[in-house]
Amino acid sequence: MIVDYLIDLIPFAADWPGLVFVSVVVLCAVPVFMFIAVYALVAIYGELKVSSFMQDKVGPMGQGVGLHAGKWGLLQPIADALKLILKEDIIPTTADRKLFILAPFIVFIGAFISMAALPFSQTIIVADMNIGMFYILAVSSLGVLGIILAGWSSNNKWSLYGAMRSAAQIISYEIPAGLSIIGVIMLTGTLSMQGIIEHQTGFVWGILPNWIIFQNPFTFLSFFIFFISGVAECNRTPFDIPEAESELVAGAFTEYSGMRYAFFFLSEYANMFVVAGVAVAGFLGGWQSPIPGLMDSPGWGLFWFMSKSLFLIFLMIWFRWTWPRLRVDQLMSVCWKGFIPIAFVNIFGIGLWKLIIG
Amino acid sequence: MGVGSVKEVGPVQAEQMVLNIGPQHPSTHGVLRLKVKTDGEIVSEVIPYIGYLHRCFEKHAESITYEQVIPFTDRCDYIASMNNNFGYVVAMEELMDIKVPERVEYIRIIMAELNRIASHLLALGVYGLDVGAFTPFLHMFRDRERILDIFELTCGARLLYNYMWVGGVSHDLPRNFESICIDFLDYFEPNIPEFNELLTKNKIFIERTADVGVMPAEVAISYGVSGPNLRGSGVKWDVRRDEPYSIYNKFDFEIPVGTGEYGTLGDCWDRFWVRMLEMQESCKIIRQALKTIPEGGDVHAMVPKKIRPPKGSIYRRTESPRGDLGYYIISDGSEIPFRMKMRSPALTALSVLDEISAGWMISDVIAILGSLDIVLGEIDR
Repeated sequence: MIVDYLIDLIPFAADWPGLVFVSVVVLCAVPVFMFIAVYALVAIYGELKVSSFMQDKVGPMGQGVGLHAGKWGLLQPIADALKLILKEDIIPTTADRKLFILAPFIVFIGAFISMAALPFSQTIIVADMNIGMFYILAVSSLGVLGIILAGWSSNNKWSLYGAMRSAAQIISYEIPAGLSIIGVIMLTGTLSMQGIIEHQTGFVWGILPNWIIFQNPFTFLSFFIFFISGVAECNRTPFDIPEAESELVAGAFTEYSGMRYAFFFLSEYANMFVVAGVAVAGFLGGWQSPIPGLMDSPGWGLFWFMSKSLFLIFLMIWFRWTWPRLRVDQLMSVCWKGFIPIAFVNIFGIGLWKLIIG
Repeated sequence: MGVGSVKEVGPVQAEQMVLNIGPQHPSTHGVLRLKVKTDGEIVSEVIPYIGYLHRCFEKHAESITYEQVIPFTDRCDYIASMNNNFGYVVAMEELMDIKVPERVEYIRIIMAELNRIASHLLALGVYGLDVGAFTPFLHMFRDRERILDIFELTCGARLLYNYMWVGGVSHDLPRNFESICIDFLDYFEPNIPEFNELLTKNKIFIERTADVGVMPAEVAISYGVSGPNLRGSGVKWDVRRDEPYSIYNKFDFEIPVGTGEYGTLGDCWDRFWVRMLEMQESCKIIRQALKTIPEGGDVHAMVPKKIRPPKGSIYRRTESPRGDLGYYIISDGSEIPFRMKMRSPALTALSVLDEISAGWMISDVIAILGSLDIVLGEIDR
């Protein structure tokens, strides 16, 4: 799309379509990558501070003298990142070297390319595809492939356990997440992310935003199913059984260190953002203002999208530092016996609601 | 969920895999190695291998004088050193027929109960960590820290106190001890309902622990399990009440037992809950002791110049936070023990692990191990 546009725009571009294509890809990918890196630093700092306040401590703090973590520990995530970069990169001798090296990147790619369809505002979106929602659901589950590879190639029983748990969990929770999104698609009639958000414009009775979550009781339920399944897909507590520090040491990531481990870490945070972003776009009105007339000019779109997403991420952090972890079979029964039947009822309910009430 | 659903998976059996949990593992509570036979997630056999922390305490005691043994008892159960000191000095005083001043008895009981609270706080907090909840762990450590501060004030040490001597204690209570202690109790007691809200009554926590690792009373008794683990199975047995030592018979306290409130009697949740209630009872004992503690007198009044017990032997057990802690001491009339044996409550608790965790999942084995509250220092000695 952009490529065609550029070829039309720049006179000599038609001679080198490949070059145009590559430069467009780079131009889009670099900001997204930068965004993930910066966002991850913010999220890690948030995680440190939120957990600290919940646990009656202050978290990273610095005195601003010498090599400290800066004021209020603001430099802590950068120090963490530097530490991970500088660490020795250990590959176990018995590991399957190629797969071991490949795995973190596959995990990261899954999270990275889903970002392409996230609508940050009316205009800021890498590709507003007509199948945006479908695309995100499809590629975001690529990550599990990487986790399985990591678990298998590490040649470690703990890693294998983690990988198997992760595979079962992510594949199971894809289903209720997908089924909840079907309700959204039924209401909006489009798979395009911007289309879904535009459908949610306006206010009911002048006050309540016309977001899909508020459109009928079934969508309200759908949002929670989607969000909780999303948390499970990110392997966050209370669904962090693939990592399960106290049981599986570090699950699939046991043998990883340094930058390779950092990539898993980064993709976890990126995945959290994708889940939050899809939930915001699909249920919470995307970049639209929640209050009539308040900062609803197009320029504020980015602000609203980010604040809604970061709020959902805050919820995930809150979950993590409050709840214990479920057991693997309980996790499965929550999904198969709880969420999936409710999600099916929801689809039926949304259809009926649309048919009768409108 | 529960016993049935996991055990019913039995017939679908694949090749068994041997998995080593530990000695380097986050939740073996020390250096313990569990050899686990698993079929997928389901565990069929758990064999604990111990001895990684063996420091020859008992053999060592045969070549040092009686008073030199006390620091070694500290290092056995390093989570509840006061209680370990207590057991040893009670046994020695019975062997030597020493009657310690009443104030010393009070001081010892206050210290032992404070240490019981500290030990249970650690056990409960780390158990939260075992099932994946991080925050309660730090809340409990925050409160344990204040107990350690009180110990530091009293005897200068925070972990290994060497506080109780045969015939006395090393230091008298510091000034203002009473008000400091009351301050702590006033601060701490309202925190217990908060812990319950955060962890004990949490739905996920109940799912993870209720009905898991059920230890029926007869199994517990036949394995010699004692302390909170036994009481979790509904057996009302507490050495403090049933074989009173020191002046425990002067105090009024309940012995909490498991009731199977959320699942079966004797499950992990019951063991957890008993510890939670015991902290409240300990607070009660400390309050009573602080009210009636006699003033004045030298805490060293009855400390013998030379510890040379008469020929003979003694076995005395006391209630440590982990259960019946027994000391068997044989004296040949010299200054050095002829033989010294410590009955470790954590070792018996560990021995029951295979019995109650076979058929559960790997996550449950960790949860069951945590609920038994073992300290490897005491198991290996």
